[in-house]
Amino acid sequence: MSDLSNAELQRYARHLAIPEFGIEAQRKLKAARVLCIGAGGLGSPITMYLAAAGVGKIGLVDADVVEISNLQRQVLFGQDDLGRPKLEAARDRLLGINPHLELQTYAERFTAANAMRIAADYDVIIDGTDNFPTRYLSNDVSVWLKKPNVYGSILRFEGQVGVFAPHLGAPCYRCMSPQPPAPGLVPSCAEGGVLGVLPGLIGTMQALEAIKLITGIGQPLLGKLLHVDTLGLRFRTFTLRRDSECPVCGENPTITEPIDYEGFCGIQPELKVKTISVRELHALREKGDNHFLLDVREPDEYAKAHIEGSVLIPLGEVTVRAGELPRDKPLYVHCKMGGRSAKAVAALEALGFTNAVNVTGGITAWSDEVDAGVARY
Amino acid sequence: MTITLNGAKREFPGTLTLPDLLEAVGLGGKPVVVEHNQTALLPREIATTVVKDSDVIEIVQITAGG
Repeated sequence: MSDLSNAELQRYARHLAIPEFGIEAQRKLKAARVLCIGAGGLGSPITMYLAAAGVGKIGLVDADVVEISNLQRQVLFGQDDLGRPKLEAARDRLLGINPHLELQTYAERFTAANAMRIAADYDVIIDGTDNFPTRYLSNDVSVWLKKPNVYGSILRFEGQVGVFAPHLGAPCYRCMSPQPPAPGLVPSCAEGGVLGVLPGLIGTMQALEAIKLITGIGQPLLGKLLHVDTLGLRFRTFTLRRDSECPVCGENPTITEPIDYEGFCGIQPELKVKTISVRELHALREKGDNHFLLDVREPDEYAKAHIEGSVLIPLGEVTVRAGELPRDKPLYVHCKMGGRSAKAVAALEALGFTNAVNVTGGITAWSDEVDAGVARY
Repeated sequence: MTITLNGAKREFPGTLTLPDLLEAVGLGGKPVVVEHNQTALLPREIATTVVKDSDVIEIVQITAGG
């Protein structure tokens, strides 16, 4: 068991003063290795409180940079961190809170290819991710490695917390939710919004559950899902049951190694089509380049905003109206963000068009980077 | 029929299956955790559960934001 230096004994004095906690629990925290997947709204309070409390080693996984829209809730970061890789900023903040911390950063997405390798080095896995595929992956890896998974999720005004741990007799995430929703049915925080203080509430409870698991104090939320409705400030605790037919932790598991989680959640892989940036397209137009600009959005969107000289054929009509499109000059295709136009380019390529190119970021990028006079909607 | 849904009394005509109820409250196809008269249901038990007068039902939708 780890010994504590005089500096650490002073730092953790308020822990040591709790009779039920004391030096044994503090030593367990110092010896503990905790992996936090995601350095966002949940990952902020999780890692800050665990660092302050004296967890010896924290692993943090995130590939993003700090954006202005993060700062309303991601208290790991401040104004000066805008544009920095999150893990660089997190390192400064967490070691600033507690220099005794050993921080291992993984500036990559948590994927089926790296998850087992990353998670193997830790005692407790904390799920602070922001999407269904990574939640299933985080669960499955925790089950296979026999490590407790401290789950938390947030949306708008509501959040939930639980501890999944089949090796301790409790259910796993798949026992609670064997089937992901169809893509788009349950919004993400980016789509549906989230109250800034909510991840503080849920993330601190995840940090608390991790400390209970590590120290053996109290009763972790095993087999329970705590739901918080902040508007009524109503806390409900649901009982979860372990499913003997669970494909991962059941009696006859059918999933025993990482799968294609995006595919499992119905998410189509990004289409590989030729692309052009809005800046490149703008430069060509300035030179008077001879090309055809196709807009595959809907008529009501076209009425709100369009790029001068573009021709509207909604995505659903592109195949049947392909005869209206040229094959002898570049055919640049755009939509609002680049998703529908990628499908249109793929559909045109299937019809033998070799000149179709997707405009990355669509009219939204055009508005942001080329012509602010084109309305964003 | 009157049931207590998430702590509030709600009226529904006739009897319902639990999937009908989920559809009626906008949760059709969404991942949910359900307690039916204080009993936790496995997700695969939802499809065959019938809701009766005076039942007490607690439902929460699973989200994934972080």
